[in-house]
Amino acid sequence: MLFRKFSLLIYALLIVIPLVVVLLTSVKTLQETFRDPLGLPDGGFKFDNYVAIFQEQTMAGYFLNSTIVTLFSVSFTLLLAAMVAFGITRMNNWIGNVLFALFTLGMMVPAQVIMVPLYSLMLDLGLTNSLLGLILVNISSTLPIAVFILTGFMKTLPKELFEASTIDGAGNWKMFTKVAIPLSLPSLSATAIFLFVMHWNDLLYPLLFITDNAYKTLPLALLEFQGQYSTNYPMLFTGVIIASAPMVIAYVFLQRYFVAGITAGAVKG
Amino acid sequence: MRISKSIYLFFLPGLVLYSLFFLYPTISALFYSFTDWDGLSAAFQFVGIDNYTRAFTGDSIFQKTIGNNLKFMLTVVVFQTLVALAFALIVIKNTKTNVFLRALYFFPTILSSVSVAFIWAFIYDPSMGILNQILGLLGLDFLAQNWLGNANIAIYSLAITQVWFHAGQMLIIFVAGLQAIPEELYEVAKIEGASKWQTFKGVTWPLLAPSATIVVAYTTIQSFKAFDLVFAMTGGGPNNSTEIIATYIYDVAFKSYQFGYASAISIIFMVIIALITYLQFKALRSDRVSY
Repeated sequence: MLFRKFSLLIYALLIVIPLVVVLLTSVKTLQETFRDPLGLPDGGFKFDNYVAIFQEQTMAGYFLNSTIVTLFSVSFTLLLAAMVAFGITRMNNWIGNVLFALFTLGMMVPAQVIMVPLYSLMLDLGLTNSLLGLILVNISSTLPIAVFILTGFMKTLPKELFEASTIDGAGNWKMFTKVAIPLSLPSLSATAIFLFVMHWNDLLYPLLFITDNAYKTLPLALLEFQGQYSTNYPMLFTGVIIASAPMVIAYVFLQRYFVAGITAGAVKG
Repeated sequence: MRISKSIYLFFLPGLVLYSLFFLYPTISALFYSFTDWDGLSAAFQFVGIDNYTRAFTGDSIFQKTIGNNLKFMLTVVVFQTLVALAFALIVIKNTKTNVFLRALYFFPTILSSVSVAFIWAFIYDPSMGILNQILGLLGLDFLAQNWLGNANIAIYSLAITQVWFHAGQMLIIFVAGLQAIPEELYEVAKIEGASKWQTFKGVTWPLLAPSATIVVAYTTIQSFKAFDLVFAMTGGGPNNSTEIIATYIYDVAFKSYQFGYASAISIIFMVIIALITYLQFKALRSDRVSY
């Protein structure tokens, strides 16, 4: 029993200590960090790093870009995936099965496999250095997993509900918006959280397609701070905190949904 | 019942995007893998299977890369699965403390790879890093290392970071699997006087196989895709000792502009992943039982 409790504590410390160090380091100077990496700052907490990072970097711009890209990517992935899932569920025949297989094939192929031809395609389409380009690629890359999860869910819905609305003369679109969507809300919200975390944190696509500062998202900007600040960890960690803040705050309040959503993504994927 | 033809319209937007940004690039990766395209000029030549021959016989870095990927994968799969399972067994009951601990262990999953990379670069830093500091405090100075700078251990240092990053997520999957095992089976085992180990072997493990399949398969794929972490922490160095297939594709394509060759490696990468996934599902599915 004691051993179990001890193990739980050690694991908890392995998570907590690095996070506390990140917070502390962000309110220390570089000299203080060099002198005593684990200690408290001498003259109290200093928020100079936060001021400096907003002065030296276009943080607000990166933040806005991440927000735009994430919001559009999540909502359109959900909408398009729900439509596909609805189509597959309604058709319930071989065409539906083939389309389902075609979409889920995408879960097997890592993004890194197609980065080379995707890059030249984006170049040809003039979609590099463009938030629209990022959003389009994001949608198509998460469509497979979203289709997979949502189809799995919609297939469990009672068929009679759809049929009853057909008798009432509802067209497919009405059936989709009035029956399928409201009934799929639990699955849609779990998928949404999974997609939020993925898109907010994505590095690969911005790294490939964005070179202009005006279109960089937070993970890419953060990566490039490394080049500027080298081992100036107070600055790097200030960046880490700002970039992670929205997810962390959302996690504190929606913990249960996060755990369920991200795990659903993993299990289904 | 007849379904109106308008149902096909539901596939249209998704299918167009998916075809353009996923299916088309996948097929063209296969096409370019037989060419010497540099990614910039309009002209290229077909070189048959030269790129593939080069990967397997003439490119020592690529072969090293496959080895690194295997080292990374095995370390992550073994440690992550063991840690996740061991701790899932302890925090299985839904008490307040356990629910809190699960949420805490899960926390790193929501961070970006770049953030995790910075945090661990600081932990591993040879001069001011937390790890060497703590070893010093414990009087274990002789264990202090340049964790990311030593070519012999850097790949394992990265693997440990990956475990820290994702073990909590796998733990949750195990907890879900464990909670689905009927309580009565444990009572029967108790009545029959089974030891803790016997109960684990006879009841828990066989019924946990589906969750274990998911965890192992997912961890494997994840470890092949660990591009972000490696890219941000070591960039493949020192001396290519942490170069994995994904980062190597990036280097070949975007640093030395050999798009044709990079495409060939991508195709090999895809085949390896498909093969491993298939084998794992086969191996783990076979010991599935039902009660």
